[in-house]
Amino acid sequence: TTSPSTGDTSTLRHRRTVPTSSETLQTLSEDRRSQTAELDDTQSSNGTSAHFSPGGHFSQDPQSSRVVLMLVAGLCFATRLYKITEPPHVCWDETHFGKMGSYYINRTFFFDVHPPLAKMLIGLAGYMTGYDGTFPFGKPGDKYEHHNYWGMRGLCAVLGSFLPIFAYVIVQDLSRSYTAALITATLLIFDTGCITISQYILLDPILLFFIMAAVLSMVKFNLQRFRPFTSYWWLWLVLTGVNLAGALGVKFVGLFVILLVGLNTVWDLWRILGDLSLSLVEISKHFLARVVGLILVPLFLYVTIFAVHFVVLNKSGPGDGFFSSAFQSRLIGNNLHNASMPEYLAYGSTITVKNLRIAGGYLHSHWHLYPEGVGARQQQVTAYLHKDYNNVWLVHKQDNNASDLVRHGDIIRLEHKETTRNLHGHLHEAPLTKKHFQVTGYGINGTGDTNDLWQVEVCGGQKGDVVKVLRSKIRFLHRATGCVLYSSGKTLPKWGWEQVEVTCSPYLKETPSSQWNIEDHINPKLPNISLSVLKPHFLEILLESHIVMIRGNSGLKPKDNEMNSKPWHWPINYQGLRFSGVNDTEYRVYLLGNPVVWWMNLASLGLYPIMVAVASITLQRGFSLEHSLVLMREGGLLLLGWLLHYAPFYTMGRVLYFHHYFPAMLFSSMLTGITFDVLLKSTDLLLRPPYSDWLQRLGQMVLLFSVLYSFYLFHPLSYGMTGPLAHEPGSAMAGQKWMDSWEF
Amino acid sequence: VSVMLQLPLVVTTQVDLVLVLVSLLAFWTRLSRLSSPNAVVFDEVYYGQFVSLYMKRVFFIDDSGPPLGHMIMALGAYLGEFDGNFVWNRIGAEYPSSVSVWSLRLLPAVCGALCVPLVYLLTLELKFCHLSALGASALLLLENSLIVQSRFMLLESLLIFFVLVALLSYLKFHNHPNSWFRYCWLLLSGASCAAAVGVKYMGVFSYLLLVGVASLHTWNLIGDRTLSVCVQCVCRAVCLLVVPVLLYVFWFYLHLTLLHRSGPHDQLMSSAFQASLEGGLSRITQGQPLDVSYGSQVTLRSSASQPIPCWLHSHKANYPIRYENGRGSSHQQQVTCYPFKDVNNWWIIKDAGRQELVVSSPPRPVRHGDVIQLVHGMTSRFLNSHDVAAPMSPHSQEVSGYIDFNVSMAAQNLWRVDISNREAESESWKTIMSEVRLVHVNTSAVLKLSGVSLPDWGFRQLEVVAEKLFKAHSSSLGWTVEEHRYGTSQEQKEREAELHSPTHIDVDRKMSFWAKFLELQWKMLTVKQEDSEHKYSSSPLEWITMETNIAYWLHSSTNAQIHLIGNPVSWGVAHLSLLAYQLLAAVYLLRRRRGLKDLPDGVWAQFVCLGCVCVGGWLVNFVPFLLMEKTLFLYHYLPALCYLHLLSPALLEHTHTHLHARTLYPVLHRSTHQLSASQLQALKWRDSWDILYRRR
Repeated sequence: TTSPSTGDTSTLRHRRTVPTSSETLQTLSEDRRSQTAELDDTQSSNGTSAHFSPGGHFSQDPQSSRVVLMLVAGLCFATRLYKITEPPHVCWDETHFGKMGSYYINRTFFFDVHPPLAKMLIGLAGYMTGYDGTFPFGKPGDKYEHHNYWGMRGLCAVLGSFLPIFAYVIVQDLSRSYTAALITATLLIFDTGCITISQYILLDPILLFFIMAAVLSMVKFNLQRFRPFTSYWWLWLVLTGVNLAGALGVKFVGLFVILLVGLNTVWDLWRILGDLSLSLVEISKHFLARVVGLILVPLFLYVTIFAVHFVVLNKSGPGDGFFSSAFQSRLIGNNLHNASMPEYLAYGSTITVKNLRIAGGYLHSHWHLYPEGVGARQQQVTAYLHKDYNNVWLVHKQDNNASDLVRHGDIIRLEHKETTRNLHGHLHEAPLTKKHFQVTGYGINGTGDTNDLWQVEVCGGQKGDVVKVLRSKIRFLHRATGCVLYSSGKTLPKWGWEQVEVTCSPYLKETPSSQWNIEDHINPKLPNISLSVLKPHFLEILLESHIVMIRGNSGLKPKDNEMNSKPWHWPINYQGLRFSGVNDTEYRVYLLGNPVVWWMNLASLGLYPIMVAVASITLQRGFSLEHSLVLMREGGLLLLGWLLHYAPFYTMGRVLYFHHYFPAMLFSSMLTGITFDVLLKSTDLLLRPPYSDWLQRLGQMVLLFSVLYSFYLFHPLSYGMTGPLAHEPGSAMAGQKWMDSWEF
Repeated sequence: VSVMLQLPLVVTTQVDLVLVLVSLLAFWTRLSRLSSPNAVVFDEVYYGQFVSLYMKRVFFIDDSGPPLGHMIMALGAYLGEFDGNFVWNRIGAEYPSSVSVWSLRLLPAVCGALCVPLVYLLTLELKFCHLSALGASALLLLENSLIVQSRFMLLESLLIFFVLVALLSYLKFHNHPNSWFRYCWLLLSGASCAAAVGVKYMGVFSYLLLVGVASLHTWNLIGDRTLSVCVQCVCRAVCLLVVPVLLYVFWFYLHLTLLHRSGPHDQLMSSAFQASLEGGLSRITQGQPLDVSYGSQVTLRSSASQPIPCWLHSHKANYPIRYENGRGSSHQQQVTCYPFKDVNNWWIIKDAGRQELVVSSPPRPVRHGDVIQLVHGMTSRFLNSHDVAAPMSPHSQEVSGYIDFNVSMAAQNLWRVDISNREAESESWKTIMSEVRLVHVNTSAVLKLSGVSLPDWGFRQLEVVAEKLFKAHSSSLGWTVEEHRYGTSQEQKEREAELHSPTHIDVDRKMSFWAKFLELQWKMLTVKQEDSEHKYSSSPLEWITMETNIAYWLHSSTNAQIHLIGNPVSWGVAHLSLLAYQLLAAVYLLRRRRGLKDLPDGVWAQFVCLGCVCVGGWLVNFVPFLLMEKTLFLYHYLPALCYLHLLSPALLEHTHTHLHARTLYPVLHRSTHQLSASQLQALKWRDSWDILYRRR
């Protein structure tokens, strides 16, 4: 269907194409024309439509396009669901996420650094397929035996299967080129990395699903831009919002796709603002519609996810200590649930003291000294997030042990129950916060010196007020130096067991960091009274759990002896992750991208800027190359997506893994589709038509076969291998260890 | 063509008296009484030691920045005939009369003073009027944080000076499109960029901004179809990209040429680098045989400089039978890594097939891929590894000196030499130059420095292990032969005597400048500082509100003191104008998008240019600090602040409101005023300012 007009000897030829016959495509290319009209570039706009039809099934009539889509879908499901139940033991992070799925089934409260949506879905899938939540998911390698685990893996695999399909549709909608879409789909279907990561009980397939769905909806929404406020327009707008909420509800990485959609929306609004034919009222309608669709709807859904999370998990579990006393009183089985204890703090009581900053720990000490060079070499005092017998302190009067209530302004001594040392402060620098003073455990059997004395102050109270357990905010003022007991929130290094620093702050401002409350309170001489602790408001819980999650995330620091993956490793497929099996008798699965696919992506990331540079310089000099608009505009969107999902990892201090690259890898593969397609189509800049078409087709075939052949070579990485390791002779993978750093 | 000389010869000059006046004022504020206090002030204690090392030509490595700034200060010291003999050990130490304090502080102060007229000219180049220029220079003139920072041996004033020169000369270049002289300006701009980056890495931010603006201009140039643009583009690229890179390398060339003696930081560098320095290692290694042969006596230095450089070591002590945690060991002889020179660091290379421990004649060199045994010189134990967990890193294999306890633990003492920086497959193992890995033949584990200290039984030396997983790159796997000689003694007794004798023979070995440069640069970027919080450190967000001050110096007996605090009025004005510019720009942009052009195109271009330079300059000099994890101080904000001071008057002019903030807050930078405690208290405008009082 092409009628190229050969432009004699000039290197830049403008190929005219006959508009396509199909109705729909006609209108779509109309869209493109009007959309590009503002750039005065109609010449290239219709050049981008899918005029090119090598072979039967690349053409654009709806019948065969549906067949191609079906084919893509079939291959996706086949590759992802093949051997889904293998290996029948816990692989890698299944131990965490499978366990968390079980927690939902058992309704036990836990703490995780990621938002709850994916784990709820996993739990739901397990529940629906007859998994009863009893498998402990102890450590990688544990056999599942009779437990029904296929449902949870199946959910992940099915969601993972949608990725190439979505990518296919996105690229096709962006570039109007079936070739580009097919290149992308081929890359993703036959990438061993994408297959492996989709086959296990992990958050990533679910996250990737929502990210791609959000991008797809956004692209579809962009296509509707000339029919605003129609039902399809609204549908895609709201769907974008829904998927954004989904992505964010799985992992905070979802923020990057929100940023992408946000930038796209800002750009879109800027375009609308520049359209002088629209009145300000219409513009504000546009604006408000986006606020509703892209901010309010996702926000509502996101909050709903958490509401469900808190409603479902109502039993006490391993995550309690991370949260405030008030929060814990909600959980059935926690010692604060329907608590009963002496109401007012008294001398002689055994207590635990919890810091009031969000995710502040319990005042803690243990049989370890501060190391040399860190203040005085006395016993460490820290804040610790878990419940532990080392959190227990005894309240003493300054000198004798009379049983009486502690009041505002009283001077007390806190003795650590386990080690019998007193809470002690002195004029040495604190270990991390150098502007504060060090707090230690000092003395033996309760005898110490005047630096062990602390004045109790009830916030907002006056002299003589009693201290209410759980409800009073109290502060401890150091008698000798006048500073106040403070939890800085900084994590101590290894010598402090990565617990949180406790200091004495000379700045007396009232902040939650310097406020504490009494949580457990045992005093046999006083009557126990049932306390109905103030139930926290839902929004308080939400805020608290977010701060705890963010702290947890930044607290995941790389361990010294642990292999740490660096962001620059990822695009070059430098090193994978061992999912299962170490030695040669075990069933081994290794998460590693298909090197041919990944290196093609890498090459296209290098090629793309060069091609854009050439295209934009020619444009700036007043010529225009064919396809340059698709390349610059749609390719630019994908490049932005890649950058947003990749660059931020360079600034992250937390421990990083290879699988963090997969969202970026999807964008990169879509970019590869467009880049290679445009590159192949640009062969007509070099050769005359029949030859250029041949070259083009040859290029496509080479691409296809190299991907297929490499998949054949590397498929054991995903579908499991046994026998000798690859660096030993006699292994099936012997020749395939192309990089020394691969460990299969 | 001859031009007739016309008489009379007349020189006409125009002098901008205002400019002269502000310059004089600037020099007065920055230079008067420069040598008081006659004591070490704040970071002078840090930079001073480098100046001393320059004077003594002793090599050092400073990870805080490139060497140009240090060299400029050293130039001042050189002119003042400073001999480098001063111990820079604490802030507040009095300088002896032999040290010319004035000359040490002169160059930074001059550069700081020159910033004021530069800002004046820069405002004019941004096409604002002389009154705005006066305003900008007045703001800079009266900014007491800049005055304090300029008056001592500190780098910020140098940095700001070079950045301003670079911007000014670029704008000169851009504003005079039709003269050939303009390329001199461009060249100057490139050179000052290199100087700015050479003073502090922070200069990179301003350099990137300038390159960004320049590439935008070049892009518009490309769009102009009436011109042929190739030559112009190439000129710009050469001046702004190539020249700065070359000059940057040139600073290092100077640095390395000046510093040719070995010194305290030698240990951080590779053996080859150390050997190129006078004294130190080269005194020992001069004239060693180059090729390591069978029978060679060697010391093996780990390529890792973390946690501390050390040599492969063994001694007459065995691993304890049981460790503290109950795990068992092989109880064979300890092999460790020891950070001091010692006779126990000597090892002998032995051919597995032969018995003798001397070098045959001719010597048979060891090549890549050869299998060798390593014999410890003093104890004659073979370097051995086996499937026993290492003491501190239980995932790795233990390395020991083999002792046969007759417990069916066979010796596994064969090691394959793997030269990782080889150029040919059969390359021989060279002293100092080759980095080798020792691969254990039986288990294919690699000899590695784990970096963990052993407990008391291992004398707190560093643990050496063999690691099974073959990871591609880690410097802790590499070892270099440092001291080397051909062994000649057959008997153990003779050999011990030989090992105790020093190695000496003479030949000189050179390392190319590029190799030295790359190594030095790499070390500077990767050597990790202990990041600890400082008493006066602050976070970037606190800078905007000027939350913290820095006490630079306190007189040893009186209340006289120097603080780094900004002028609160100009500080406030600067940030208000930043906000105002952004609001104004947003309003203009939205209205222009709707087709309402408030400004004629020329004024709009001027406004945009102002924003690019000033707001852009503030952004690139501020935002990166938000992402940094190192210890930061208020003075890191000064370059960004200068951009804002440039912005304020220009924006005022733009809005046609001529209000100039000229309130003074000058007391605290005058050091020798002795204020009473109550006067000091009155100056404590904010609770968070830490002003010091002497207790009476």
